[in-house]
Amino acid sequence: MSHISTARQAELHAADAKTVFGFWVYLMTDCVLFASLFATFVVLRNNTFGGPAGNELFSLSFVLTETLVLLTSSFTAGLGMLAARRHDRRQVLLWFGITMLLGLFFLTMEVTEFHKLAVEGNSWRRSGFLSAFFTLVGTHGLHITCGLIWMITMLIKTSRHQITSRTIKQFTMLSLFWHFLDIIWIFIFTIVYLIGVAT
Amino acid sequence: MFGRLTWHALDNGPVALGGQLTMVFGALAVIAFLTYTKRWRWLWKEWLTSLDPKKIGVMYILVAFIMLLRGLADAAMMRAQQATSVGSSHGLLSADHFQQVVSAHGTIMIFFVAMGLMFGLINLIMPLQIGSRDVAFPFLNSVSFWLFVAGMLLINLSLLVGEFSAAGWLAYPPLSELAYSPGVGVDYWIWALQIAGVGSLLSGINFLTTILRMRCPGMKLMRMPLFTWGVLCSMVLVIFAFPILTGTLAMLALDRTLGMHFFTAGGGGNAMMYVNLIWAWGHPEVYLLVLPAFGIFSEVVSTLSRKRLFGYASMVWALIAITFLSYVVWLHHFFTMGAGGDVNAFFGIMTMVIAIPTGVKIFNWLFTMHRGRIHFATPMRWFLAFVVTFSIGGMTGVMMAVPAIDFEVHNSLFLVAHFHNMIVGGVVFGFFAGLTYWFPKVFGFRLNERLGNYAFWCWFIGFLLAFIPLYILGLMGATRRLDHYDPSLGWQGLFIVAGIGVMFVLAGVGFQILQLIVSIMQRHQNRDKTGDPWNGRTLEWSTTSPAPFYNFAVIPTVADRDAFWAMKQADQPKNIEYEDIYLPKNTGFGLYIAGASLTIGFALVWHIWWLAAVGLAGLLTLIIVRATAENTEYCLPAEEVARLEGRA
Repeated sequence: MSHISTARQAELHAADAKTVFGFWVYLMTDCVLFASLFATFVVLRNNTFGGPAGNELFSLSFVLTETLVLLTSSFTAGLGMLAARRHDRRQVLLWFGITMLLGLFFLTMEVTEFHKLAVEGNSWRRSGFLSAFFTLVGTHGLHITCGLIWMITMLIKTSRHQITSRTIKQFTMLSLFWHFLDIIWIFIFTIVYLIGVAT
Repeated sequence: MFGRLTWHALDNGPVALGGQLTMVFGALAVIAFLTYTKRWRWLWKEWLTSLDPKKIGVMYILVAFIMLLRGLADAAMMRAQQATSVGSSHGLLSADHFQQVVSAHGTIMIFFVAMGLMFGLINLIMPLQIGSRDVAFPFLNSVSFWLFVAGMLLINLSLLVGEFSAAGWLAYPPLSELAYSPGVGVDYWIWALQIAGVGSLLSGINFLTTILRMRCPGMKLMRMPLFTWGVLCSMVLVIFAFPILTGTLAMLALDRTLGMHFFTAGGGGNAMMYVNLIWAWGHPEVYLLVLPAFGIFSEVVSTLSRKRLFGYASMVWALIAITFLSYVVWLHHFFTMGAGGDVNAFFGIMTMVIAIPTGVKIFNWLFTMHRGRIHFATPMRWFLAFVVTFSIGGMTGVMMAVPAIDFEVHNSLFLVAHFHNMIVGGVVFGFFAGLTYWFPKVFGFRLNERLGNYAFWCWFIGFLLAFIPLYILGLMGATRRLDHYDPSLGWQGLFIVAGIGVMFVLAGVGFQILQLIVSIMQRHQNRDKTGDPWNGRTLEWSTTSPAPFYNFAVIPTVADRDAFWAMKQADQPKNIEYEDIYLPKNTGFGLYIAGASLTIGFALVWHIWWLAAVGLAGLLTLIIVRATAENTEYCLPAEEVARLEGRA
């Protein structure tokens, strides 16, 4: 890339920084979306309409496992990010590959939980509380799914091409997204499950 | 196979048939014209696939104007109904159809007229004002525009296939729930707004990043023109408000399609949660429309009074204060919920407090005019009309901020008159002022002043005739969305006056269309050769009219507020050194993505699940293909820039 002038290089660098900034702003909007779902959940959490409440439905050990799996995937994503900065393709594939598997495992656990609830007759149609529960946790799951699809495209790209500054920018945004979902999950773990079981 | 969709959906009675025929033949006429003049290729290459914000802005405004015609037609139908449907006469519309017309009018005017005009003007002017060549994410900008169009198409499709929501412009549950609105109307409403809303959200991210990251050297925040300040505050509101809309609409859609119980009357739902959420978005929404209009007035008043804006810093802080306050007043839309005296008192006081920064702005504008050399061009007239109508609307707003008074006039025509005072008299007059003011910058020639003046007077008189009676009717007890009333109430005379007002407004729009046609015909006489027809003060006037597609051959450096005014006073540097300019290539992906979204929306309205899956798969593929695309920019070499500038 030596034919690019230094002025243009600075311009491109600024453009990358601008994109990451814009992505931060997007994450804030997503945060507001989750905030409205959390607010709705808190308002509706006692509206069980004769159905079961959280303490009759949730298994804390199961959710703790989910939490640890997701937290670990954030750690491996961080390691992958460091590898991307070193332009180490093999390590990037390894760490983001592990991240993807952990994410997939998390998603499988979540779907299992949803399925179990639904077959026991406690689906989202049961009560306002369960509607809010499925929607809040499900929206997080949907985000995880999008993150996984994004990760797969990035893994394919990395296995085929050299790591460029553009790839690093995209990995930066992907891991921001992944860590963001981790933080949201901490809130779900606390507000939905811990408080749900305690009361 | 086709879900709820049957041939029956096409038959909606004679009144709707008129609208259907107008739409279909209008579309056919446009298609025939484009084919006959062999303009398809040109349209595709120069406009539909363009990532140039100035072209996207023009398309926004065109769509918004077409929607204004539809919204006005709805308004005229409502006025005709309320003027005639008295006693034994039942007017032209059935009760259900009347409710659909009311809902469509509100939804279209806010989402597809006001928002469209706003995003159009931002696209046209904001990058020029901050001395930038483009917005932060040009492709995203195109996606936003086309999602706006997709939402617009979906809402108009409801006129053609099926029905529209009859649940009011904000579709309060439980009325909007499946139990009471079993048809597809509310679903059309949900998905049209959802698609357009996501587009607005992306625009918010885009313009905020543009303003914070792409200002030219020397343009500190406190040197930005006030229109850009208005846009910045407005985009902050978009970013924090629109996700709430997305979430709320999604929850209502889940109630209706998957049988959830968020806002249902039974099953543990809570309808007031919806009302809270929708206004947590809805109140910022109306403010985010008016803040850019405030910015436009600041530009217009200062330029056309040949003076520096009075109290720049207080203007900026007033904008910021309004931005903040707009998040803590949402409950004043439903004092009658019964939240208790303390809660109502808090929201009432917060609402009254908003009058302070707004008053600061009004007085600053008037002080700017004081001892200025005022040029009474059309934009200035819109401003003066705005001061009158907005002050009336502001005062009635403060009245309704008192919960005890609000209990009396809640949901009455008094309220309807109030918010039209704010949105027509504030937002729409502001955007019309901006359109007239910046028209030469966009098209290179000025609008006909005489016809503009006629349009202005028709609008202003029509507006007062249409809405002052509604204040009185509201105090007499007339509630909103009435399709019929008893003659003994004595309302008919005032409703007829309001109807005459709408006719004046229609004449105003007629003059605006005539003004555009005449101005195009006389464009050679009215050409703006200097690029600075108003003796402007801000950077957009420093380029040629129309602005070149790269905006600035050389990025300006700013040393003062009113940057261009300062440049005009100083000596111009002679030796200009051009540089290579990198610009985004055109792409049709924005259009394809919106097409996929429209497919998904339509499929979800009619429960055609396979089509929704196809649309979703298409959407994902398009996003991935576009995200991995390389070489999306091209280089305009310095020699070419020099050649283009030499010609100009």
